[in-house]
Amino acid sequence: MSDEAKELNKAPQPATAPAAPAVDPNAPLPPRHQLIVSSSPHFHTHSTVDSIMRWVLIALAPACLAAIYFFGFGAVRVLAICVVACLVFEFLSAKAMDRSNELKDGSAAVTGLLLGMNLPSNTPWWICVIGCFMAIVVGKMIYGGLGCNPFNPALIGRVALLIAFPVVMTTWPMPRIPASLAKPAEQVMPVASATPQHKGEQVSVMPVTTSTPLKFSKLARTELTGDKVLENSTIPIQKGEVSYWQLFLGIGKGGSLGETCGLALLIGVLILIYLNIVRWQIPVCYLGTVVIITGIAWLANPSAYASPLFHLLTGGLLLGAFFMATDMVTTPLSRLGAIWFGVGCGVLTACIRLWGSYPEGVSFSILIMNAFTPMIDRYTAGTPFGMPKKKGIKMPK
Amino acid sequence: MHKIFHFYGGVHPKESKVSSGVAIVDAPLYPLYTVPLSMHIGAPAKSLVAVGDTVLRGQQIGEPASFVSSTIHSPTSGKVKSIGTCLGPAGTQLPCVVIEADGQDTPADPLTPITDWRNTDPAILRARVAAAGIVGMGGASFPTPVKLSIPPGKTIDTLIINGVECEPCLTADHRLMLENPKMILEGVEMVANMLGVQNVFIGIENNKPDAIEVLTKEATAYTAPAIHVVPLKVRYPQGAEKQLIYAITKRQVPSGGLPADVHCVVQNIGSSCAIAEAVILGKPLYERVTTVTGTPLVAPGNWRFRVGTPYAEAIKLAGGLKEGAQIAKLISGGPMMGMTVYSQSVPVMKNTSGILLMGPDEVKQYTSKACLRCGRCNDVCPMQLMPGILSVQIENERFDDAQSWHVMDCIECGCCAYTCPAGRPLVQHMRRAKSEVGAKLRAQKAAADAAAKAKAEAAAKAAGAEAPKADK
Amino acid sequence: MVTLVIIVVVGLLTGIAIALVSRWFGVEPNPVEEEVRNLLSGANCGGCGFPGCAGYAKALVAGAAKPGACSSQCAGAAEKMAKLLGVAVVHKEPKVAVVFCSGDDMKATRQALYNGINDCRDAMIVAAGAKTCAYGCLGLGACARVCPFGAIEINEHRLAVVHKEICVGCGKCVGACPKKLIKLVPKSAEIHVHCMNPVRGPEKFKACKAACIGCGKCVKTAPEHVKLVPGAALAEVDYGNPPPEALAEVCPTHALRK
Repeated sequence: MSDEAKELNKAPQPATAPAAPAVDPNAPLPPRHQLIVSSSPHFHTHSTVDSIMRWVLIALAPACLAAIYFFGFGAVRVLAICVVACLVFEFLSAKAMDRSNELKDGSAAVTGLLLGMNLPSNTPWWICVIGCFMAIVVGKMIYGGLGCNPFNPALIGRVALLIAFPVVMTTWPMPRIPASLAKPAEQVMPVASATPQHKGEQVSVMPVTTSTPLKFSKLARTELTGDKVLENSTIPIQKGEVSYWQLFLGIGKGGSLGETCGLALLIGVLILIYLNIVRWQIPVCYLGTVVIITGIAWLANPSAYASPLFHLLTGGLLLGAFFMATDMVTTPLSRLGAIWFGVGCGVLTACIRLWGSYPEGVSFSILIMNAFTPMIDRYTAGTPFGMPKKKGIKMPK
Repeated sequence: MHKIFHFYGGVHPKESKVSSGVAIVDAPLYPLYTVPLSMHIGAPAKSLVAVGDTVLRGQQIGEPASFVSSTIHSPTSGKVKSIGTCLGPAGTQLPCVVIEADGQDTPADPLTPITDWRNTDPAILRARVAAAGIVGMGGASFPTPVKLSIPPGKTIDTLIINGVECEPCLTADHRLMLENPKMILEGVEMVANMLGVQNVFIGIENNKPDAIEVLTKEATAYTAPAIHVVPLKVRYPQGAEKQLIYAITKRQVPSGGLPADVHCVVQNIGSSCAIAEAVILGKPLYERVTTVTGTPLVAPGNWRFRVGTPYAEAIKLAGGLKEGAQIAKLISGGPMMGMTVYSQSVPVMKNTSGILLMGPDEVKQYTSKACLRCGRCNDVCPMQLMPGILSVQIENERFDDAQSWHVMDCIECGCCAYTCPAGRPLVQHMRRAKSEVGAKLRAQKAAADAAAKAKAEAAAKAAGAEAPKADK
Repeated sequence: MVTLVIIVVVGLLTGIAIALVSRWFGVEPNPVEEEVRNLLSGANCGGCGFPGCAGYAKALVAGAAKPGACSSQCAGAAEKMAKLLGVAVVHKEPKVAVVFCSGDDMKATRQALYNGINDCRDAMIVAAGAKTCAYGCLGLGACARVCPFGAIEINEHRLAVVHKEICVGCGKCVGACPKKLIKLVPKSAEIHVHCMNPVRGPEKFKACKAACIGCGKCVKTAPEHVKLVPGAALAEVDYGNPPPEALAEVCPTHALRK
């Protein structure tokens, strides 16, 4: 007998034997134990919350391995701190809020891993812990735990850190360059160190730090608009120093742990799409929209705007589109809603990147679209079978 | 190859049709039959016998109490032991007649066989269907004569015979199609003639190729009207009335409507067979084919049970339980829509398509995890509702919201709860909301009726008051 | 400098706009109504028959209701209200809710293990709750959850018990019980017959050792206080003339109890 059934049989035992059947005294009753009554259906799929979270962890593994390859021990340290801190915060807040402990479903580990992948490899441990606190306690548990949070917890953590510690969050250690491509680092990233940044953004002048390539595109535009003229600030890709292929593999590209290797992220998301854990509509529409909008800008003025492929492969776009925007809890239920969600994220990201003051807009755009999710759900609710065709649900009077 | 028909959504649970190769066997006689008087939707039948009366097999023991009701016949010969109540599959007490069998199984005078039914007035055939107490044998047990009388203002042009048997584990209809195709097709033609329709389809799921083959071969003999056997995609709930009509005709039964609104009538395979037997052999409906299956059983199979046989006897017939096996759930019907019963004394009824046993290791403990919003319920709902959102609303008792999100259209097929990774009790939520909203709607209707009546009375009074004035 | 001026101007304009809007669209609160409302408990239980405390306060001021209908306000508040409004207090007979069932898990049997949503109304959908007695308390706490005062407790043996000293008799639980086991009775009654099953005594005794088996002992002892329900094997307390507490001792099944 399974544990569950045993548990059921452990229910308070009645003081007397079960009564004889109302009519038929010959029926062979009472049975050895009481039968279980429940609502139909009596069959269930094997897919559970635990198995979904396990698969998300597996899908994140390639990107984690890539991060460890590029950033070495720093990556292991940050990821481990984040996962452990998230688990601890989940445990403590469940205790404090008198809620059943759902540690083993793995959602806290997923949040921790995603947050870790959004941090640079040299983040101090206490900043990691603060991020985990924001993600788990403020981003998830105060709303009622898994399934009740309106915003992606990992992004809450990341954005909180981005606002509180912009210096730490926007300077990255130089990733390791494979020996086969052994060019001196300065050649790969000519402006890697200590470039004065535009619009008063603080930047450390530590020689080991590098900047995400996205900054270059921003700088290029700044140069054009005449705010500040900087030497060396043309887009490296147009100078032929970094190939798109290298960007896709994450070679010589600065960034957060999970942002570097596009290939690893792609492998992970394909696993999730195959398992129907991720709706393909979200990443496809998200990336498609970004490509279209940045493409139009690029065609209009190629010297001021980076190419759409450059936008696609730099910054946190792939990580965001594949793993953050596809979080089940905070995205629309229907496939049609997923399309709208993806398009909305794409428009916001492209706008922030092209015309906003932040170089990166993925986190903000996903969080903003998270807020729109209930509305998207309402207006993309399908027409029930046998109803006249009309989209959406009317507001109840 | 045939075109394969299907519908939106649905799931494909493991079929587990282990008894599909086991031929139907007549169940032996039992000493005691508990015949419920309410084996159909509508008012329970009125008992025609008293305690101590002698009854014969096929003798009428209950008469319909209203338009939507049915006739009940004795399953065997013997004496009426008591008239009281018995436990029904829904856990409620049903009025019943307990018959002590005498072992002789003496038949009563059968209804006159109508051999020349092709040239018989459909009204006479309909009366025979009513006299034989035939109800829908797929599960809902709607009285067939009511279904066959076309509501005024409606036209019927299509008859669909439901041989889908989409519930996992059940094989009763499958065996009936293999073993009794001639009788089924006779019944189909009878119903088609009664309704006067030209388009006749038999829908069978693709996982029963032998049944499709047998019926296709036999159906070639029928030309007026021609009977088409339609293979359907293996997808639960293909056998749900609205989904079956859509799969075959691409017509959508309107929300809150009946199949007659899209000019269709759907009949079950078992009912067709019973109709043919009632007309040609004059045999009333007092027995049915039922699958007894489940992992704890030694020998799952299909039996022809008299109504009133207790489940305990059916389980014994299937070889009893395996060594060391235990029953955790006893289910009347299939695993997706069946009802759990808690006593083996529940009798087989006219709509008992299966008796399913589940062992303790197959039972999933109820959990109340929060909705993960994965949207899988949304993908599988054949009615294209949003079960996830509905269930959260219902959990918070926001029944008005649930109503505006169309909870009343739910067919309780269980696809959403089947697929939910958080294991949420979605079907139970829907049932609760449907009962709450239904009660509210009934109260509203009663209030509106009362108001209309009061208004009419006031108008009549006013008219009456004016009349004397006019006299002056 | 320019920024500062702009902000100041915008702030001023907004302030003026808010002031104007509140003047044009403002709803004058009735000071008496406010005061009356403050004297009510604010529990919004609906026991007075009006939609919430504000509804009752409005009705009081309009003269459509009399003070005293609120069962959850403090002692003396009704008199204060009456003085304020210049009307007399009409005291309502204080009532409490009683769960008319004694069949906890030690005394009544369950037919099956229910595995589903933890609410009586949901459990009724599955095999009618699976309690052997069709009139038995399921003990899943639908009444306890709707009670705005926390007066109902599900005891350790899964039976709903009303705490008389907390209950104000608002009647919310009456509608929540799917088996209709809860009734409002006068607070003065000390003991009740905690059973509602009308079937024959031996039959219900098989399902529940605490059932009223209709033996009539209490009726014989105190016919002026207790009577048998016609057509059912069930005694009922005459709430017009409630029995003394000592009468409970005659009941063999302890269905007649506090």
